[in-house]
Amino acid sequence: MINCFHCGDTCLDTIIKHKEKVFCCHGCKTVFDILNDSNLGYYYDLDTNPGISPQEIEGKFDFLDNPAIVEKLLEFDNNTTQVVSFLIPSIHCSSCIWVLENLNKLDKAVKTSQVNFPEKTVRITFSSENTTLKELVLLLSRIGYEPYISLENSEKKEKHIDRSLIYKLGVAGFAFGNVMFLSFPEYFEVEEFWLDQFKNMFRWLMFTFSVPVVFYSGRDYFTSAYKGLRSGILNIDVPIAIGIAVLFIRSTMEIIMDWGTGFFDSLTGLIFFLLLGKFFQQKTYSYLSFERDYKSYFPIAVTRLLRNKKSGVREEQAEVYKIQKGDRLLIRNNELLPVDAILIKGNALIDYSFVTGEAEPVSKQSGDKLYAGGKQQNGVLEVEVLKPVEQSYLTQLWSNEVFSKDKTGIFQSLTDSISKRFTVAVLSIAFLSTLFWMVVDPSKAFNVFTAVLIVACPCAIALAAPFTLGNMLRIFGSNKFYLKEASIIEQMAKVDTVIFDKTGTLTTNRKNTITYEGIELTQIERELLTSTLRASNHPLSRSLYAILDKNNIQTLDEFKEEVGRGMSASSKNATIKVGSYAFVENTSEKKQIKDTSEKQKKTTVHISSNEQYKGCYVFENEYRNGVSEIFEALGKDTEVIVLSGDNDGERQRLENLLPSNTQLIFNQKPEDKLEFISKQQQAGKTVMMIGDGLNDAGALKQSDVGIVISENINVFSPACDGILDATVFKNLVRYIDLSHKGIKVIKWAFLLSLLYNLVGLSFAVTGHLKPVIAAILMPLSSISIVVFTTLATQYIGRKLRMDINKQS
Amino acid sequence: MSIIYVLLSISVLVAIIFFIAFIISVKRGQYDDTYTPSVRMLFEDELVKEETFHLEKKENKINSNN
Repeated sequence: MINCFHCGDTCLDTIIKHKEKVFCCHGCKTVFDILNDSNLGYYYDLDTNPGISPQEIEGKFDFLDNPAIVEKLLEFDNNTTQVVSFLIPSIHCSSCIWVLENLNKLDKAVKTSQVNFPEKTVRITFSSENTTLKELVLLLSRIGYEPYISLENSEKKEKHIDRSLIYKLGVAGFAFGNVMFLSFPEYFEVEEFWLDQFKNMFRWLMFTFSVPVVFYSGRDYFTSAYKGLRSGILNIDVPIAIGIAVLFIRSTMEIIMDWGTGFFDSLTGLIFFLLLGKFFQQKTYSYLSFERDYKSYFPIAVTRLLRNKKSGVREEQAEVYKIQKGDRLLIRNNELLPVDAILIKGNALIDYSFVTGEAEPVSKQSGDKLYAGGKQQNGVLEVEVLKPVEQSYLTQLWSNEVFSKDKTGIFQSLTDSISKRFTVAVLSIAFLSTLFWMVVDPSKAFNVFTAVLIVACPCAIALAAPFTLGNMLRIFGSNKFYLKEASIIEQMAKVDTVIFDKTGTLTTNRKNTITYEGIELTQIERELLTSTLRASNHPLSRSLYAILDKNNIQTLDEFKEEVGRGMSASSKNATIKVGSYAFVENTSEKKQIKDTSEKQKKTTVHISSNEQYKGCYVFENEYRNGVSEIFEALGKDTEVIVLSGDNDGERQRLENLLPSNTQLIFNQKPEDKLEFISKQQQAGKTVMMIGDGLNDAGALKQSDVGIVISENINVFSPACDGILDATVFKNLVRYIDLSHKGIKVIKWAFLLSLLYNLVGLSFAVTGHLKPVIAAILMPLSSISIVVFTTLATQYIGRKLRMDINKQS
Repeated sequence: MSIIYVLLSISVLVAIIFFIAFIISVKRGQYDDTYTPSVRMLFEDELVKEETFHLEKKENKINSNN
């Protein structure tokens, strides 16, 4: 086993020796040469085998010749200086950062380049006097860092990063520290001479520090409480807002009336801790995007054919948005069709897996309708546009109201549900104890009333969920399960219906199991078959070719391919026909034998030798490891459904594979899936949808928890709540189980913080709450909750790791 | 005892200076990407220069030999 010096892949067929190093392909060798010649050999010292094998790019970036498109991509443009940002999915190690930041050594026109590793972007400043954007993109592609440019790039968005939480946290932390330091003297000495001299100044300074904390840092709690009250919900922010307001008002009154020092230390500390919890919960995976739609898949430009009476046909790179009905387009091999169109010329073999989930490409004849989202697999096409991009069949899905709805507001979290009872209890305790003191000692009544509200401020309760969920988010992340936000974990624990997509979700994209049925082929026939397949570009031919042994490849005397039907070839005196049943048997499709109708639904390649029917290769999807186990485990306490866009050719196999209580539903279009899920939800179910392609986009959005399974997390996935790496698919049940455990941790933390509240209340109700007690109790409860949740989640996280290790 | 006023104002002033420095650094985006700079710091730019330096030396030697 020899590994490529550049990319680290094992060298299979070809081994290229060059400068005492081994490469797997010429692409890798070229990159090595480019880097080596520019004195960038340090690239290989930083990381072992850091490289990426460059892809075929010829003609791919021709659209960058169009100045209108270039202008849309540039972030900044003046005569001599241009700035552009590229998303480069293949950035993956420190060598990548180094070589991309040393681009100026490869191209003198580059002034500076800066990599943002978490976002996988590079920002390049260059001068258009010496180079063009296209050349820059080609340079990047040549060294293996091909930028990803899609329709999304053409919409210039103001890059707005919300940093307000950091500012608020900064203000609160700054004030908290200073107030603590200023209130320290009065914790111990009350009637001391020097202290009496200066206490007023100390107190007013504390007041000054607290004002921005309450009115700036704590602002969100007031607005959230107000919004909650207006819609009739007692959310957790209501008691917090009451607590903050009472703390501030009472403390201010105390220093005005010279009753005491006030509770400024507790006030600033409270807000600081609360914001810290919020900040902690905000773990984002910036290189993963959870909000993608068709725009990130579609190309930014297509080739438009312009007919001119004088000069004939001219090709032009046109922006996808500018394509009108009636335009003629040229679609090359492996290009994505961005519009609905009619096929005019060429052999279309369209892969719709992206839209419908159907695994097998379909062939189309001239005059057939092609839908947006299909990928051409076979040669060049000429099409006429029927509907522009925004009205196409695929993009219509995004006009469904699901996509404009905000999911986050509807969900009532665990914290909110406890805060309702909590708030009612605290308010009644406050009023009862005030009533009691009104009778016994009216001078203390105000004191007790405010003290109860202060000490009952549910700081610890509000911290329990953010810290637990934030920790869980990190545990999931380190186990290759990436969630959009922390609240998803709570939703996950409530799920009672799990719906799977089939193609690409339960099956792998890469592997096919191929079995042969029929009369066994002779050695000569097999050799001929291999040689014939070698000449074809059809995806089925290629995957079949990959499993046959490639000895004795012959040159064919004759080879003919009929697109969508099959191919015939001859060598010496043997002839072979490979393709559909109708083609191989020379019958019209109507006369097919009955018993093949079952096979019809499966993907098959039939073979005849010397006009004698031999048999067929049956292609079957390979299911992921552990599918049966997952369904078994999930089926115990949840409903499990398979919802497939495919035909029911695999029904038999799935029924054997999966437990009998699994529902199997086939032939579902994207909008059917969406509809199905919303019906389940109306019946009171909490639905988790697990899918992969754009065809599941609607369903993923509609479901309570939409999870995308991804072979390569750098490749884009549709809008969802979480991305699960395909390699850890078998752990899915464990992850759902972990979310239940997380909720349990939160509940224990609630109990713990209620205990603190009881202790505090006993001080408050009896009228003994001194500032120093509040100042100890509040941080103590907050910190112990943080410690408890962290330890508890660490523990369950470690158990998960051990579980996974044991299994593998 | 008015020294305490001086001390107090100095301490508050120092705190405010650091606070402002923090706000400015956030505003300039220094906290947006906390990973890449930690890697960039470890690159030894000198390594490449050294090689060219050796080459120059060699060339000089050859030139002087001539």
